[in-house]
Amino acid sequence: MSAAHDLLFRTLADPTRRAIFERLCREGEQTVGALTATSGVSQPAVSKHLGALKQAGLVRDRHAGRQTHYSAQPGALNPLIDWTGQMAGFWQNRLDALDDLLKRMDQ
Amino acid sequence: MTEAAAEMRSVVIEREFAFPAERIWRALTQPHLIEEWLMKNDFKPVVGHRFNLRGEWGGVLDCEVLTIEPQKTLAYTWNFSHEDAAFDLKSIVTFTLTPTRNGTHLRMEQAGFRPEQKQASGGAKFGWEKFLANLEEVLARSK
Repeated sequence: MSAAHDLLFRTLADPTRRAIFERLCREGEQTVGALTATSGVSQPAVSKHLGALKQAGLVRDRHAGRQTHYSAQPGALNPLIDWTGQMAGFWQNRLDALDDLLKRMDQ
Repeated sequence: MTEAAAEMRSVVIEREFAFPAERIWRALTQPHLIEEWLMKNDFKPVVGHRFNLRGEWGGVLDCEVLTIEPQKTLAYTWNFSHEDAAFDLKSIVTFTLTPTRNGTHLRMEQAGFRPEQKQASGGAKFGWEKFLANLEEVLARSK
C-alpha cells in the first residue's frame, strides 16, 4: 500500500474524524463552531480532527473574517475508489481459495 | 463515457502453484470448480459464450468468453453495470498459465477503463456511505 493510501486509511480510521468528514460531504461547508455543536466533542478536539483531515487533503479551509469554514475534498479519495486497488485485494483472496481447491482436487 | 476521457488501467496478480497446468485449467474452466474458488456461474469453455458470475454480495457480472487455449490462456470480459457511473466497470480478465520446474505459474491480468467519476461535478450523488462501509471492512481486515 502506498504512503498516500496509508495516510488516507489512518486519517479515516478514527470514527469521530470520519463522522466529521461524512458530515462535510453530506451538508457542505461548515464552521468549526457548527461542527462542534453537534459532534459531541470539544472545539479543540474538532479543530485537531480538522487539522488531520486537512493534512490528508480531505478537507480545505477558507477564512472569512474571524471564522474558518471547512469543506470536504472528495477528490482526495480517488486513490481508494480506483477499482484497481479493490480488485487486487479481491484477486489475492480468490487465488488463495483457488490454491485451497487445487489441494482438494482429484489428480 | 467518452473513450478519449477514459484511462486504461490494469491489475496484475502472479502466483506459482505446486500443481500441473492441467489441474489449474480444470479449476478455471469447470463451472462447479469455478464456483468453489470464484463465484457461482454458467461458464462454458466456448469462445463467444456469454455467462454471468454471481457474487455472494448479490452483484452480477456480465461476461463473455474471448480466448480459450487449453492449459495456456483463458480470457473473458468482466463487466459490472451500476447506475452510479463511479461503480460501473468494463474490463477483461486474462489468465495465462506457464509450466515451471515445480508446478505452474499463473498470471491474472484484469485490464479496463477507469469508471467515469462524477464526484468532481456532483459530489452529492456519490455513494459515500457505501464507500465508507467498504473502507471499514478493509480496515477491519488489515489489522
